[in-house]
Amino acid sequence: MAEDEALIAATALVKQFGDFTAVDGIDVRVRAGEAFGFLGPNGAGKSSTMRMIGCVSRPTGGALRILGLDAAKDGAAIRARLGVCPQQDSLDLELTVLENLTVYARYFNIPRKVARARAMELLDFVQLADRAGDKVEPLSGGMKRRLTIARALVNEPEIVLLDEPTTGLDPQARHLVWERLFRLKQRGVTLVLTTHYMDEAEQLCDRLVVMDAGRIVAEGSPRELIDRHSTREVLEVRFGNDPLDGFADKLDGIGERVEVLPDRILVYTGDGDAAAAQVHGRGLTPSSVLVRRGSLEDVFLQLTGRTLVD
Amino acid sequence: MAHPTALALEFHLVAYKRTWRSSVFSSFALPAMFLVAMGITVGHYIDERSTSIGVPYLDYLGPGLLAATALQVAVGDSTWPVYGGFHWTRVYHVMRASPLTVGDVLRGHLAFVLLRVALSSAGFLVVLLLFGALHSWWALTTPLVAVLVGAACAAPCFAFAARATSDGAFAVLFRVAVVPMTLFAGVFFPVESLPWVARLLAYVSPLWHGVELSRAATLGTATAWGVPAHVAVLAVWCAVGYVLALRSFTRKLGD
Amino acid sequence: MVTTLIFPRAMSRLDHRASGALSVTARNLAAARHAAYWWVLLSGFVEPLLYLLSIGVGVGRLVGDIALPDGRLVTYAQFVAPAMLAASAMNGALAETTMNFYGKLKFMRIYDATLATPITPMQVSVGELIWAMCRGGVYSAVFLVVMAALDLTTWGWALVALPVTLLVGFAFGALGMGLSTLLRSWQDFDYINVTQFGLFLFSGTFSPPSDFPVPLQILIEVTPLYHGVALLRAITTGSPDWTVLWHVAYLVALAVAGLTMASRRMGVLLLK
Ligand SMILES: Nc1ncnc2c1ncn2[C@@H]1O[C@H](COP(=O)(O)OP(=O)(O)O)[C@@H](O)[C@H]1O
Ligand SMILES: [Mg+2]
Repeated sequence: MAEDEALIAATALVKQFGDFTAVDGIDVRVRAGEAFGFLGPNGAGKSSTMRMIGCVSRPTGGALRILGLDAAKDGAAIRARLGVCPQQDSLDLELTVLENLTVYARYFNIPRKVARARAMELLDFVQLADRAGDKVEPLSGGMKRRLTIARALVNEPEIVLLDEPTTGLDPQARHLVWERLFRLKQRGVTLVLTTHYMDEAEQLCDRLVVMDAGRIVAEGSPRELIDRHSTREVLEVRFGNDPLDGFADKLDGIGERVEVLPDRILVYTGDGDAAAAQVHGRGLTPSSVLVRRGSLEDVFLQLTGRTLVD
Repeated sequence: MAHPTALALEFHLVAYKRTWRSSVFSSFALPAMFLVAMGITVGHYIDERSTSIGVPYLDYLGPGLLAATALQVAVGDSTWPVYGGFHWTRVYHVMRASPLTVGDVLRGHLAFVLLRVALSSAGFLVVLLLFGALHSWWALTTPLVAVLVGAACAAPCFAFAARATSDGAFAVLFRVAVVPMTLFAGVFFPVESLPWVARLLAYVSPLWHGVELSRAATLGTATAWGVPAHVAVLAVWCAVGYVLALRSFTRKLGD
Repeated sequence: MVTTLIFPRAMSRLDHRASGALSVTARNLAAARHAAYWWVLLSGFVEPLLYLLSIGVGVGRLVGDIALPDGRLVTYAQFVAPAMLAASAMNGALAETTMNFYGKLKFMRIYDATLATPITPMQVSVGELIWAMCRGGVYSAVFLVVMAALDLTTWGWALVALPVTLLVGFAFGALGMGLSTLLRSWQDFDYINVTQFGLFLFSGTFSPPSDFPVPLQILIEVTPLYHGVALLRAITTGSPDWTVLWHVAYLVALAVAGLTMASRRMGVLLLK
């Protein structure tokens, strides 16, 4: 394997279900040691892509090489070196927390003793050591997620795939997961994750692609993407319950661009406070005014005309 | 306005509309197959020898299987579905949110189970008729016998299922109670040939009394202990089972 | 061990595959260790014994003696016991590979996680089957001990019969697993149950197939349980002849077909 060859290289990758094209010819390169993200709304084709990378779904078209091997031919050999945390926790409810790890380790032909030691270590890592002998069912959503992450690490994988690692978790549980993933990243593990939370993508990803309707619409680091497709600041104004259609004209000329959403109006500008002053200067009295930094949410809006989470 | 118990019954009838096909299959095709396999082929060997039972084996076995079917249907319908009513579909909790009392909820479901028992025994009676196994007009009373057996078995099962903490218990119940009763309580051969402990157990079981009644009805013969005695034993099972069931239901659903 | 020397690579690959399948078996063993399940497992071998006592002994008193295919007379209990043994091997294997397998496949979705590892669908199928065999093997062994103790066979023939029950279980387990992958919902299990019960009743279990009219007799002789019954009856009554080879071949073919179908279909279902 060449030194600079990407760990994951997808070329014109396609996945169809019957007539429906879920992944429509994407090109992706993931380099060793980076945290790479797929950002996109529900139905964008993120999970379909992840399942192909995880070698549990056969590409319909294109080429997919992982760790220098062909995904279509060497599935088992590739899977042996991946860690997978699927979108839906697929924990074994008939086993205890610890057994979920040790049994899984056996699938990788890891000797029993090693498996046990490693499982204990991983439970420590995800802060579940005190639940080792418990059943899985009563664990909270966040704990299950962490256990799934621990399970994905049991074979000391070279790449860890995380499909929406924090969807459905409460904020505190999310931060705990992020913190653990950040530690992994520090250890040099290559992370590939999907998300439809822009804050998650900004927190965790070195580089990401924005996906929509099976295609990649942009690629870069979070900072690059924001610089390229948004402005430094964004002014959000609301006008109570009034219909917002008429306001586009009234705000015309303020900032670089104005975007009217059903519940609020976004003004893209280098200086939010100045823009807010301009709004007031035109005799308008918004019910609320907020100045924030440009985000990946704005990138997505700019590229597709839609919001990420609806 | 309809009686509240009838309203609870109606709920189960509506749900039944969706699944009756497969349940008819298992409550009535299975015993009919048993009748053919044992009654006709094995019966042929038995009837060749003169044996203690005095009638063709098919005629002996038929009414026994009818009572055994009542047992199977009653227990099957009053274990998993009752447990499900508390834990899976939670229909009981839904019903309790309406003006229905705990008693209505219990009796409505029990009535539904007995209706199922009556239907499957009526169906099986037709099978017996076709095989020429009926010898008396009293045979027309066998669905009643079946309902009595069904109630005697279903009522305690309602109590058991309401208290069960996992549905795994029911498979075990079938193995330690339903199957042994079916096999040893006089359906296939006279209980007189059992060792005395087993015979005592058979006498206590609701099924043996049902078999005696059912067999007396289709053959037009007398029963071992006389009809009132068998009915009395079954009635005791029903009464004790119902009281226990009502208590368990009340504890689970509150009042 | 000679084979290990001659084909070291092939053997190590086989080793690797087998250990993959065994790790699937190990998962089931771990799951079974949790209490509730043991009751169900343990009570499983009682049922065929009860049938043996009721039909074999109880009804047997009414029936008297019965002729084997070779004309020898045996007691009805001796005649019925091997059929119960075959049926219990079938039921044990099917319990594990239909209901339980389907539950793991479609509801608990255990294999979604398994197949994300180097384990292949074939290894899952084989691992599950081995588990079903472990369970069925214990039941069969207990049943054979009872048969020998009741003088329904000799200890020697009982020993020969044990691996044969495993073959019967393996064949039915593979078939059941293959069929389970085709089922759409729990309702469909009614068909499997009825078929299973029909096989139990009409595979020469309670009376020789020759008692039935010729068309039915032919039908019986193509169905799988008949071969298990005939095979085990020949063994436990101590009268095996060349026909046992044909029964064995039938069961082996069934096992291979079932396994192939199960692993293919699992691939289709889970590796979309
Ligand atoms: N097994 C499947 N069969 C048919 N359609 C599917 C299947 N899996 C996903 N899809 C469809 O493909 C599209 C992309 O799905 P998915 O990859 O899960 O998106 P995401 O993970 O980005 O939400 C969706 O419209 C989904 O309905
Ligand atoms: Mg997804």
